[in-house]
Amino acid sequence: MKTRTFAAFVAPSLVMMLIFIAAPLLYVFGQSFYLTTPVTEQMTVETCTPGFLTQNCTQETKSLPKLDEAGRIVTQTQFVGFGSYRAIIEPAKAWAAISTFDYRALMAIDFWRALRFTLMFTFVTLPLVLLVGLGVALAVNNTARTLRGPVIFVSLLPFIITPVIGALAIRWLFVSDGLLNNGLEWMLGHPVSMFSQGWTIEILMMFYRVWHVAPFAFIILYAGLQTLNHDALEAAMIDGASRWQRLRYVIVPHLMPLIIFVTLIHLMDAYRVFDEVVGFRAEAHVISLQYLTYDFLIPDSTGNRSISRAAASSMLTMVGILILLIPLLRRTWAQHRGSR
Amino acid sequence: MSGPKALRQSFGLQLGSGLFLGLWCLIAAFPIVWIMVMSVKAPIDAFATNPADVLIGPATLAAGKGLSLPDLLFIAVFLALTVRGATRLLPRMVAGLGRPLIGWVVGTAAFVLLWLAAAVWIMGPLLRIDTGLGITPLIGFTTEHYRTVWVERAFWENFVNSVYVTLGVTVVSLTVGTFAGYALSRAGSTLAFGILIAALVFRALPHSVLVTGYLPFFITSSEWLAPVLGDNAPTLYGQPLAVIAVLVAINQPFTIWMLRSFFQSIPSELDEAARVDGCTHFQAFRWVIMPVMWPGVITTGLFSFLLGYNDYLVTSLLLDASNQTMVPAIASFFNRETTTTDQVLAVAAAVSITAPLFLLVMVFQRQIVSGLTAGAVKG
Repeated sequence: MKTRTFAAFVAPSLVMMLIFIAAPLLYVFGQSFYLTTPVTEQMTVETCTPGFLTQNCTQETKSLPKLDEAGRIVTQTQFVGFGSYRAIIEPAKAWAAISTFDYRALMAIDFWRALRFTLMFTFVTLPLVLLVGLGVALAVNNTARTLRGPVIFVSLLPFIITPVIGALAIRWLFVSDGLLNNGLEWMLGHPVSMFSQGWTIEILMMFYRVWHVAPFAFIILYAGLQTLNHDALEAAMIDGASRWQRLRYVIVPHLMPLIIFVTLIHLMDAYRVFDEVVGFRAEAHVISLQYLTYDFLIPDSTGNRSISRAAASSMLTMVGILILLIPLLRRTWAQHRGSR
Repeated sequence: MSGPKALRQSFGLQLGSGLFLGLWCLIAAFPIVWIMVMSVKAPIDAFATNPADVLIGPATLAAGKGLSLPDLLFIAVFLALTVRGATRLLPRMVAGLGRPLIGWVVGTAAFVLLWLAAAVWIMGPLLRIDTGLGITPLIGFTTEHYRTVWVERAFWENFVNSVYVTLGVTVVSLTVGTFAGYALSRAGSTLAFGILIAALVFRALPHSVLVTGYLPFFITSSEWLAPVLGDNAPTLYGQPLAVIAVLVAINQPFTIWMLRSFFQSIPSELDEAARVDGCTHFQAFRWVIMPVMWPGVITTGLFSFLLGYNDYLVTSLLLDASNQTMVPAIASFFNRETTTTDQVLAVAAAVSITAPLFLLVMVFQRQIVSGLTAGAVKG
């Protein structure tokens, strides 16, 4: 294919990605070094209240936002360097907390709290998703053919359900009068409240994510099992390999490329955990990095959105995902080089 | 079991794997089935302590709303028929039509309409016949929450917005994506591979990063678009069209990766033959490759549909309350969950959002599975 034809075919998609992904990215990068604030001016305001014989007048100096002719608030943008980043990371406070091993003080800073949860969430769910997915794939491969269709149908339900709704569905089972909460109380013999402390919410969020993503791992690994070479299995049998050894040394190596694929996708998706925080309404106890940015973007009580802080926090989020992905991307690149 | 005798498993292992599978299916389906059960019960029943009360619904029955044994039988037959129709009849009819994409869209729409019509027009009279004949109902069942959600709380407006945004996202991302996916599958250059890797990185981006970039521009767009468009320059904030563009762009990396792997499975001898016969590249693409590409396009379309439909972050930040889609709109239900009635309304809204997806899996199970595996095995 000639370069010109290639360019013509790729252009629409590329232009969309440049305008709506690359350009905002650059803009956010630039914006994270600037701070836009409303211009305020000091004004002396005299307020008078009627009194006996004379008015009681008090004068106070207020800082009020400056308005232009059209009545809009005048804003100014100034270069603050890493100011917004500092406001989010709070390096001095964080360092003091780290050097004195004060875990609580570190977790009092939103960014570190979010980072801790996001990383833990990603790395705890990853092995669970792979294990459950592989387990279900092996079990389905074991059952009668007529049962496979219905099982796949049921398994796909948690995968395609809207994330916020899926989180809500599990939340409703565990709210104070929910079914499973009642069951837990009956088993433990004392009142249980799943949503009044952080760690129980975290467990539910991880449970939800495994429930949501395991079907994906299952379908992919199941497809991989279909291409398994039976001769290799038989050879292993003849060599006296036990069932476990066959799984460990024949089946898993065969599935390895797919396991890496699932890992890659899961790292990307789990790192930007967001819908769970909304669905479980966990924002008071647990927040994720993407929720931190979202929170900056929602207008506060005076209608301001702190765009520059959001820019800084989203840049920090991005750095994290790049660090996570670099080993996998390098591997893909090397494979491409090797395959040519 | 196929395969040699030596590979057969002991009974214990078979039992264990069967039990594990059963447990998995229970866990997978239970939360979804349970919210469906809750949504048709009176609030007291929906959050009753005893699970049997939630299933049977004594308070709902006491209010005179329930289904009798004949009703249940009728519903079971009806469901079985629709499931069969969706999984067997519909694909055959679409295959007979010859135009797969249009066939699927029309077929699915007709199926959904038929189903809704049956649910609305048959259920009502059925319940009235019961009271007329004096049959005592067995299981509590009420659709009042759905009526409140859809009619009084105007959820249908959100539904219309959802349909608009989702269809827009699917159609545009497929049109743009097929061209790119085709070109990428046929070019082996480093440039093409660079684009693919860049797309992979773009796919990993948290969406909040991108929304941070759009928001300031979207809010002030009537000012910076004014020199070009004059006085009626739109404010992009709150425009479904702007959201469609954003979601298409977010979806593009995934779309081109998936379509590329589908195009790769079509031998390139096919377009070479067409080129020898005097087709231009575009003609070869349009008249030779696309006709055999429909399964891949339909599968990728399904995933675009899911992305547009399921999105919360982008739509909740870029649309205002007047034209929200269904998923962010549910926040207004669960944010005022103060009484159990409100809670059941939120449950009914949640089930309303899930129902189309349920139908989707029923009709398109095969395509979803093939889509997942195509991305993995060849990508």
